[in-house]
Amino acid sequence: MAEYSMKTPLRPEDVDKLRAGDKVNLNGFLYTARDAAHKKLVDLIKEGKELPLPLEGQIIYYVGPTPTPPGKPIGSAGPTTSFRMDPYAPLLIEHGLRGMIGKGERGALVIEAMQKYGAVYFAATGGAAALLSKRITAAEVIAYPELGAEAIRRLTVESFPVIVAQDRYGGNIYKEGQKQYAR
Amino acid sequence: MAKTKRKSKPAAKKAAAVRGERTAMSKVPPVREISAKKIADTVARLAIEANCDLEEDVLKALRSGRGAESSPVGKEIFNQLLANANIARKERMPICQDTGLAIVFVDVGQDAHVVGGALDEAINEGVRRGYTEGYLRKSVLGDPLKRVNTRDNTPAVIHTRIVPGNKLKLWVVPKGGGSENMSKIAMLKPADGIEGVKKFVVDSVRVASANPCPPIIVGVGIGGSFEQCAMNAKRALLREIGSRHPDEFYEALENELFQKVNDTGIGPMGLGGRITTLAVHIVAAPCHIASLPVAVNINCHAARHKTAVL
Repeated sequence: MAEYSMKTPLRPEDVDKLRAGDKVNLNGFLYTARDAAHKKLVDLIKEGKELPLPLEGQIIYYVGPTPTPPGKPIGSAGPTTSFRMDPYAPLLIEHGLRGMIGKGERGALVIEAMQKYGAVYFAATGGAAALLSKRITAAEVIAYPELGAEAIRRLTVESFPVIVAQDRYGGNIYKEGQKQYAR
Repeated sequence: MAKTKRKSKPAAKKAAAVRGERTAMSKVPPVREISAKKIADTVARLAIEANCDLEEDVLKALRSGRGAESSPVGKEIFNQLLANANIARKERMPICQDTGLAIVFVDVGQDAHVVGGALDEAINEGVRRGYTEGYLRKSVLGDPLKRVNTRDNTPAVIHTRIVPGNKLKLWVVPKGGGSENMSKIAMLKPADGIEGVKKFVVDSVRVASANPCPPIIVGVGIGGSFEQCAMNAKRALLREIGSRHPDEFYEALENELFQKVNDTGIGPMGLGGRITTLAVHIVAAPCHIASLPVAVNINCHAARHKTAVL
């Protein structure tokens, strides 16, 4: 298992070299979106309208942070469960999304889109929200402020620690890791 | 002289009790007044503390889990969780961004009298203040289908019990959506027996896999009616991690389920490992001759709970 430091936006060759189990420290911008924002983005794509964020090469982080306290760039910000975004993710991948960060396994349609268009799914540690917020140096709401915690934010991250959970070749650390340690 | 005095005092009290007069011996505590404001203040404080400050039993379980985990990735996740708890405590930041539904258990002494407001309103006022002043996330929708956020994390889910005494005990238990979503209940047939119960618990954990943020705490309700069984699964999560079940039979069942759940290999965050659960807690209840209900309520590793007695 390799360890990489990568900058966003991801290039196709970045995605191609990542394998399930690799550790990656991410730098640059991440965009946040959860259930409600995903529904809006997919509706915009279906209507042929412009999106409030760039998708090409970008990474979406499934997170709804706590309110920002005074003197900090953001509140606690750990990943939410990813499978709730499975109905929306394939269309975003088709339109250029290259990475997703969350927790828990992805379904068949997402895996298929990841393989076809070249995308990777990263796991961050769920419930390590205070620790992860330390790697976020800036946060700005760029769309849907009315959604509160679910608004789309652009985060600037430095050495944001993730693990490649599912790669574009069908590699899946949930399946492989659990098999290895089951008795 | 002194000797006779000492003997006669309890005898007099006994006689008074027989006559129905209240004395210290009848052990009926005097009615106490507890102000609604004090309840609100306490709930607000507990909501913030529960979300920023992991209890020692959970920290201890995480430390021993780190020692027992053989997967390198799993070990690193334990390290992150312990470092996270440290940062959260020092900087008063929430342990997890999902600061939960505010679930509040209240044991109300039958001789406690809440004054200056309604109990439920006082609890909700505390939740409103705690979640606002503590910069906690507001994750509550006023209606499950219309889905509009109430913006102050109220209403709390309040479970009240009337108990002997004149005190009021509060548990504030923020519960995240990820682990709550993985909970299950089944009305098994009596013929399914203990093997059916074991299978249901382990299968529920297996299906939940990485989603409820393992290492998890598994609350199991067995028996009772449908709603009592689910409630007992939740109450099972209130027990101190590392404490033993008072009944030997259930202690053995807890130990067996603990082993079976860890043998799934799900591991920390579902990435594979030897530690999937920190504890399995069971609450059993009498049930109907035709029934064998079993419920599983899963808690994430951020098992947040704070209590106070007023």
